[in-house]
Amino acid sequence: MNLLAIRAIYMNEMSRFFRTILQSFVSPIISTSLYFVVFGAAIGSRIDQVEGVSYGAFIVPGLVMLSVIMQSISNASFGIYFPKFTGTFFEVLSAPVNFLEVLLGFVGAAATKALFIGLVILGTASIFVHISIAHPFAMVAFLLLTCLAFALLGFIIGIWAKNFEQLQLVPLLVVTPLVFLGGSFYSTSMLPPFWQTVTLCNPVLYLISGFRWAFFETADVPVGISLLAIFLFLCICIGVIWRIFQTGWRLRD
Amino acid sequence: MAPILQVKDLRKTYEGGFEALKGINLDIEEGEILALLGPNGAGKTTLISTLCGITQPTSGTATVAGFDIRTDYRRAREQIGLVPQEIHLEPFSYVGANLHFSRGLFGKPRNDALVDGLLKRFSLYDKRRNRVRELSGGMKRRVLIGKALAHEPKVLFLDEPTAGVDVALRKDMWDAVAELKKEGVTIILTTHYIEEAEAMADRVAVIRKGEILMVEQTSELMQRLGRKVLTIELREPLAGIPPALGGLDLELAPDGLSLSYSYDTRAERTGIAGLMARVQEAGIVLKDISTTESTLEEIFVDLVSEGAQ
Repeated sequence: MNLLAIRAIYMNEMSRFFRTILQSFVSPIISTSLYFVVFGAAIGSRIDQVEGVSYGAFIVPGLVMLSVIMQSISNASFGIYFPKFTGTFFEVLSAPVNFLEVLLGFVGAAATKALFIGLVILGTASIFVHISIAHPFAMVAFLLLTCLAFALLGFIIGIWAKNFEQLQLVPLLVVTPLVFLGGSFYSTSMLPPFWQTVTLCNPVLYLISGFRWAFFETADVPVGISLLAIFLFLCICIGVIWRIFQTGWRLRD
Repeated sequence: MAPILQVKDLRKTYEGGFEALKGINLDIEEGEILALLGPNGAGKTTLISTLCGITQPTSGTATVAGFDIRTDYRRAREQIGLVPQEIHLEPFSYVGANLHFSRGLFGKPRNDALVDGLLKRFSLYDKRRNRVRELSGGMKRRVLIGKALAHEPKVLFLDEPTAGVDVALRKDMWDAVAELKKEGVTIILTTHYIEEAEAMADRVAVIRKGEILMVEQTSELMQRLGRKVLTIELREPLAGIPPALGGLDLELAPDGLSLSYSYDTRAERTGIAGLMARVQEAGIVLKDISTTESTLEEIFVDLVSEGAQ
């Protein structure tokens, strides 16, 4: 294992994050605050409680997941796409590293950034509402696994994308609707029975549900199934990347 | 001593069926400078990319310092530094950090003294905290060389290092290459500036359509393939080539004051002795005689056009 190379890629990716630390830090704080103003104060004041939890607190796990998922994807996809775009990826291809090391460097950094932002949002949210975490260990585990899984998905998107438009395509057209319709801001029990069944087809629902369970012990689906779903998603992403590395698809000539 | 780079029957066929490398065989000795000459699309960059691991070969083998580029790719690649043809640098990154990154990527521990030394050597030390996008084109090229050397490679590939570079900077680059050679670094460079190969390379390999047409010592190549022109300056102008000198490959200058005789140094008989005897017989009085050798560029054009026939 070329640990120094993994470290070099990881630190190089993180340095981009640190170069724009203000944007990285400030923008999630502002957007979270806005969500709280809109959903918490304006709309939330008209909603009593959801599953025995105040609406303001109820949306916190969904809000964290929303940002973490989007950040994991965008950081990882941009991280791998940008060197391809600028041509600097030749250096990685010519270095004494294997693809697992490249993956650990890029995905590790993307997941770290997303985790950091997730924690910032959690911190910001705690200013607005009282948050109790029933299962802190499970909460951290769900957060970490989600960061990793979606960073892997972002990595695939970054390899697949041939231009900046394609880079935005999957997050905008697929992931955003799935996250919003995955129970970020509501419980599926609030939906008519038919839509409750339809929502079960949304993989993001299982993540948000599991994450919310770690906070309030209320969930749309059993927590075991949530864990299984995230592991399944991780395995699919790893399988796809393993295949990409084997064939060198869109990486090597 | 075994060659530091050994290439055996290396082939690369792209998906569409295009054969970019058609069985390349090449041995490069440690510490030498080899110039890879060839027209656009000859396969120079494909060859370099394949040896560096950017492109996978279809068949054949290559070893660097004894390490196979496929089965022992880690150790093979550790020996290699690559300066690409295009300026590929992340515009927002910092100059010094860029060199540290390259060193780390190749599995070497951080070495501030070495990186600072490289930055000073390429006159980039003052710019080490600048972003890459703030540098001039020439400086960016020097950053690329610094990055390629940051992990102390034994073999350095320079893919058209002076393309689009001004004369002064080109000279700097040549000096840098000469210095690296002194340190024992083996250098393989591709170039369109043939004077560059002529001035720097110990050997020249001519590549065309994915095949190496020949590999020669630069001086031998000049000698073996070079055409020379013998110029005879005359005391009195001639109105035309005298009949006594008919049948020879002679050209008379418009002012009638010099005769040029072109001959092949490879030929068994150059015909110079016969020419001189006939000049004397014709009673032509000589003022001076000089010879000029054809440049590598002329040789190269000859070779490539021969190959095309």
